[in-house]
Amino acid sequence: MSLTREDVTYVANLARLEFSPDEVTALVDKMGAVLDYAQTLSELDTSAVKATEHVLAVQNVFREDVPKPCLTNEQALANAPESEAGCFKVPRVME
Amino acid sequence: MELSQKTIHEINDLLEKKEVTVTEVTQSVVDRIAAVENKTAAYLNLQTEEALRAAGVIDEKLGEQKKRTPLEGIPYALKDNMCTQGILTTCASKMLYNFNPPYNAHVYDRLIEEGGILLGKTNMDEFAMGSSTENSAYKITHNPWDLNKVPGGSSGGSAVAVAADTAFYTLGSDTGGSIRQPASFCGVVGMKPTYGLVSRYGLVAFASSLDQIGPFTKDVEDCALVLNAIIGHDPKDSTSLNLEKKDYTQTLKQGVKGMKIGVAQAFFGEGLQPEVRKSLEDAIAVYKAMGAEIVDVSFQYLDYALSAYYMISSAEASSNLARYDGIRYGYRAEEYDGLVDLYKKTRSQGFGEEVKRRIMLGTYALSSGYYDAYYKKAMQVRTLIKDDFNQVFDGCDVLLTPTAPTTAFGIGEKTSNPLEMYLTDIYTVPVNIAGIPGISIPCGLDNNGMPIGMQLLGPILSEETLLKVAWAFENEKGLKNLKAPLETEV
Repeated sequence: MSLTREDVTYVANLARLEFSPDEVTALVDKMGAVLDYAQTLSELDTSAVKATEHVLAVQNVFREDVPKPCLTNEQALANAPESEAGCFKVPRVME
Repeated sequence: MELSQKTIHEINDLLEKKEVTVTEVTQSVVDRIAAVENKTAAYLNLQTEEALRAAGVIDEKLGEQKKRTPLEGIPYALKDNMCTQGILTTCASKMLYNFNPPYNAHVYDRLIEEGGILLGKTNMDEFAMGSSTENSAYKITHNPWDLNKVPGGSSGGSAVAVAADTAFYTLGSDTGGSIRQPASFCGVVGMKPTYGLVSRYGLVAFASSLDQIGPFTKDVEDCALVLNAIIGHDPKDSTSLNLEKKDYTQTLKQGVKGMKIGVAQAFFGEGLQPEVRKSLEDAIAVYKAMGAEIVDVSFQYLDYALSAYYMISSAEASSNLARYDGIRYGYRAEEYDGLVDLYKKTRSQGFGEEVKRRIMLGTYALSSGYYDAYYKKAMQVRTLIKDDFNQVFDGCDVLLTPTAPTTAFGIGEKTSNPLEMYLTDIYTVPVNIAGIPGISIPCGLDNNGMPIGMQLLGPILSEETLLKVAWAFENEKGLKNLKAPLETEV
């Protein structure tokens, strides 16, 4: 299996990243090498094996639906690159 | 010996006897930082003035109160991926260059309660992705045993601060070896506890099912002291285990007589530096002489651990790092055309090369058409590796392995080949996949005087046993609180 430039560009868009043509070339090479290495996994027949998401038997943890102290509006916005009227400000998304 | 060169328990003895003050202890470390930090570059952010102020407050308090807790007044540092309110938390990334967390990581709150004195935040590979700390967006950290060599990673700054006596202990995070491998490279003790033993609340997420916080210390007794302080249930981390608290110092010195120590060929294969092999063989002989039984054990699927690890960790990383979008905090690109372009420009400019490569790998592994072949497959192989460890621990109490195939490598030596870099974690990643605990302790030096690390592994929640087995070796060989020949370096 070999990774193509098109694969890289397609995945980059999914990941909301962009790369120069040189960077795409490097990714085809370096990402491709890691994926080739990971191909060894296909040697194993795992058709009867259950997947492990978590090593411990993790269960949903619930608590009573009672409000607890939380960040103030000011604290929540303190790190925002841009904010206005108590909200995060983003570029216009609709014309 | 300067105060800064001592262990926590040695300082504790002096503080109990009122022979030193917390201010003197803190000043000693602050002086040490002033003397060597320009060579080692372990810290991203220093809080020495605040530390000295806090020391004065604790001295006043200790004058009145009878009993102090074991970490009270002991200066320490945190890896820069643990949130500290009012103190920048950058993850060594341009993406979080200005991030001032609105809350504290659970471990930081715990250490504040214990009366710890924070010296600063330590350097790391960006978002903990790397094995040499060379992926930091800010600086290169140098190994105090040879300044031309890497400290390992990703918690390289935390390892170096302890090795260079610029902190009595530090915390790091370990997703695939990021505590144990740098501990090995820098000649200190580093432990990755069982998944869930230490709360991950406020630890900036890399791969949530693998990440775990743990201590770097100068010896095994100190490791037990720090572990005592940071474990415990935290309702804010739903994977945090709700167990009765233990005191790991109680069983530390019980010895290894009659214990079964497993040795597996899979950890002594190709690529193992001959001096590392020799040092491990010597360690096995030491355990035998102390009355432990050495048993041969074998794995079936260990060869697949690294592949599975890079698929799982990259997939989880791609999901976790989707939150960095330039909207709510952190870096935002200056010029963009619309919202999607803002995301793309922000992420492409804010993340470094390795982080972008992992996000790409993870996105690929999770994408439609490849999910079954890569991600699901890796999760299935994870089951096989977990079962492999269970079966091995049916036959032995702990497993003894090298921590890394080699001692520290040169700065720049592996940066152009990611796969070669990944292979330096080959003995540490299986541990995170299985969620079990592991500790790395120094077991010798190679021909160039670089530290060699030995890794001890045990089943889920076997920290007590691991610390006991580690202490027995350390005590027998006297390999503790090792001093790097930093002064003689240029």
